[in-house]
Amino acid sequence: MEELRKKASELLAGGAVKVVIGYGKGTGENRRPIFVRAAERAGDLAVDAGCTQNLATYLTKAEVRAMGRMAIVAIPSTLRSILQLAAERQIREEQVLALAVLDGQLRELATFAAVEETVATIPDAISAADRAMIDKLATMSVSERRNFWADELGRCVKCYACRSSCPMCYCERCTMDCNRPQWIPVASHAIGNLEYHMVRAMHLAGRCVECGTCGAACPVGIPVHLLTFYAEESVRRQFGQKGGGSAKLDYAMSTFKPDDKEEFIR
Amino acid sequence: MTDRYTLSESGVASLLDALAKAGRRVLGPKKIAERIEIAEIKTAAELAKEGQSTVSAKGTVFPKVERLLKYRFEGGKNVALEDVEPNARPTVLFGVRPCEARAFHALDVVFNWDYKDKFFNQRLANTTVVAITCTKADESCFCTSVGSRPDDPAGSDILLSPLKSGGYVAEVLTDKGKALVALAKAAFQPLTGAAEVVPAATVAPAFDAKLLERKLAGKFDSPVWLEQSLRCLGCGACAFVCPTCVCFDIQDEADTRQGQRLRAWDSCGMRLFTLHASGHNPRDKQSQRWRQRIYHKFAYYPDRFQTLGCVGCGKCSRACPVDMNLKQHLVEAAQ
Amino acid sequence: MSNDNIYKPYLMRIADITEEAPGVRTFKLEFANPEEGAAFKFSTGQFGLYSAFGEGESTFCIASSPTRKGYIECTFRETGRVTSSLADKDVGDIVGFRGPYGNVFPLEKWKGKSLIFIAGGIALPPLRSVIWNCLDLRDWFKVITVVYGARSVPDLVYKHELDEWGKRTDMKLVTTVDPGGERPGWTGKVGFVPHIVEQLAPPALNTVAIVCGPPIMIKLTLPVLAKLGFGKNEIYTTLENRMKCGLGKCGRCNTGRSYVCKDGPVYTLAELEKLPAEY
Repeated sequence: MEELRKKASELLAGGAVKVVIGYGKGTGENRRPIFVRAAERAGDLAVDAGCTQNLATYLTKAEVRAMGRMAIVAIPSTLRSILQLAAERQIREEQVLALAVLDGQLRELATFAAVEETVATIPDAISAADRAMIDKLATMSVSERRNFWADELGRCVKCYACRSSCPMCYCERCTMDCNRPQWIPVASHAIGNLEYHMVRAMHLAGRCVECGTCGAACPVGIPVHLLTFYAEESVRRQFGQKGGGSAKLDYAMSTFKPDDKEEFIR
Repeated sequence: MTDRYTLSESGVASLLDALAKAGRRVLGPKKIAERIEIAEIKTAAELAKEGQSTVSAKGTVFPKVERLLKYRFEGGKNVALEDVEPNARPTVLFGVRPCEARAFHALDVVFNWDYKDKFFNQRLANTTVVAITCTKADESCFCTSVGSRPDDPAGSDILLSPLKSGGYVAEVLTDKGKALVALAKAAFQPLTGAAEVVPAATVAPAFDAKLLERKLAGKFDSPVWLEQSLRCLGCGACAFVCPTCVCFDIQDEADTRQGQRLRAWDSCGMRLFTLHASGHNPRDKQSQRWRQRIYHKFAYYPDRFQTLGCVGCGKCSRACPVDMNLKQHLVEAAQ
Repeated sequence: MSNDNIYKPYLMRIADITEEAPGVRTFKLEFANPEEGAAFKFSTGQFGLYSAFGEGESTFCIASSPTRKGYIECTFRETGRVTSSLADKDVGDIVGFRGPYGNVFPLEKWKGKSLIFIAGGIALPPLRSVIWNCLDLRDWFKVITVVYGARSVPDLVYKHELDEWGKRTDMKLVTTVDPGGERPGWTGKVGFVPHIVEQLAPPALNTVAIVCGPPIMIKLTLPVLAKLGFGKNEIYTTLENRMKCGLGKCGRCNTGRSYVCKDGPVYTLAELEKLPAEY
């Protein structure tokens, strides 16, 4: 923690970065995203077990980018998001400096190559609870699964906390925003909710870094991250491609290769 | 003169029974998994005695989706309109917090501001509110900063206060409350004299709402709004869990034969809210939208409706994915 | 408790369609139920929500004068989902109309004064209603002047009206197009509207100015009027803002303490300056 604060202070004082996006003290025991711009405020930065939200979503937020070069306190999923954003040309190398804290050690990663190298050493880990849920869903019959999601999505109020907190949902004009035609109904009735979440999962298949921030953001506790995890893992199984693995685009859902298993492409 | 009764724990059971027999839907804060939701309450044990629901009870009178109109495309060029009545089931909201009960007024002033909204009015007319005073509060609560308190009777038809010995004192405040008691006379024992209630929670006032309103008048161009909203994601979580937020969208959904016009919750925090078809957006930046939220609830509402657009329940702060703590923001704004 | 559904529109039949300019159309609408038509009243300045059933509603001012009974008119540009659907409709098709909503131009206050109307492009429709209303009450007012400009000759709306107004002897009409917008045979002026107003130099004494146009036109015209001596209570405009309910509930048009659908759309400059520029 101290190392991080010292580094942040140095970077800001020297002008190497204009803002450090990190975690700070929130309400009660919570952590909240903070944007440190003055070197003397580096002490506001915290890094502990409570820092689980993927902050990479702020790398594409206009007001934050406008500040100048950004440093970001990076948990493993944030590093993967940086790679995926780089692959999709949403950030340039000189705009971002990753401050990764791994096993109590601070690593300053200034290039996408450095981030790739580090990511390669971090095992993929989704929580045991999430793994258990995904396995359980996989063993359900179609109608059991349909009932499970109808029940969960019945609480959805279309607040889009999931979409807004996801680093990969950076589109300035989301599919939901299109009204000519209105592809997906806006209102939060059963079909409006189901279609939105299905489309979002499809749009994340092959791009999701499995940070789980969307599910954590949902105010009514719907485990929407399980949908995107499942879509992501399906792509991995079938095409051997995963989100956040490389700074070079390798997007299964928009790429055709001669050795793809589907016949129709030949 | 308020009628006072005691309502024992078994009285609650018998009340719920009587309400079910009378065809009333009973909704209240129910503990489901790790959450508290406003859901159907069949037995007293289902009621969450501590904490508050994540999403407010406003869905009872202002649902997240509601049909306003239906129409059919008839042969040739004709359209036939079908008026729609709200599904205003007789409902008892049982066990909500006083802040929730008080919030209905903030909705009422908008829905009845010259044009009368029958959808809201019919549902409200068919809803009886039984609130339970708060004996605990948390870091996000700030009812005492907005002119209320944990045992505020405003907006309740019956206010229950927990007794030290178990059960409740029930204060019957309105005709609707009286009608409810009449449905379940056996459950309510008349009370005269004192009763030992559990003291209401202590919620130290964090700011002065009238001072805040005055300060806001001079703060429109302050950089504080950008600072506070840097982490805001522009989702609708705060607006949708909020018991006083009333902004809505109107959407047509149709096929070639028929369609419907729906009302759905909307949020001034979302970029699309004010976007013109031409592409011009009067509130294009998140800081402008955050400022609008504060001003609408704490400056424009008191100016136009003589009531605040906030009851200090704290649901927004608890629901926010990035910990936008409204109480903290308001304390800063009131400086 | 009233059981009226405040969101239920009147059914209107399209009686006539005029192609005003590229992408701009005027509908003449008659009430499908003649009794509703006979009972219908509005005042100039008010607007309505017009439905393309299946797509949604859009806000346009009522462009016809309240002195003309039995029908209303609206003019719109094909821009988005609803206006595109409306643009596809034919004479005889049914659309919806909810209204009249909003506040009114205070004609009583203007009695005995001269009026100057300044409009640009697609912003003539909101003023057309009040211009005709004033012409129909001609002896209430002294000098009536209309200054109207558009980007080019094809973009001028209400061409037929402009012809009529140009021929009337009880009003002065000045039309202009932006430099480069002339076409062969154009006999009007060439120049941006604010510049033409400056050249015209209308006297401010006992005169009310009603201005409506794209933001840039308004921005440049207001200083010209100020220099000519027009006070902030003598300059009127009509605002547009994104709307859904049109009757003060959905919150969308809220600008500062004002709801454009209730306190507006007609504002004096003095009132407008009190509001944040979020419209």
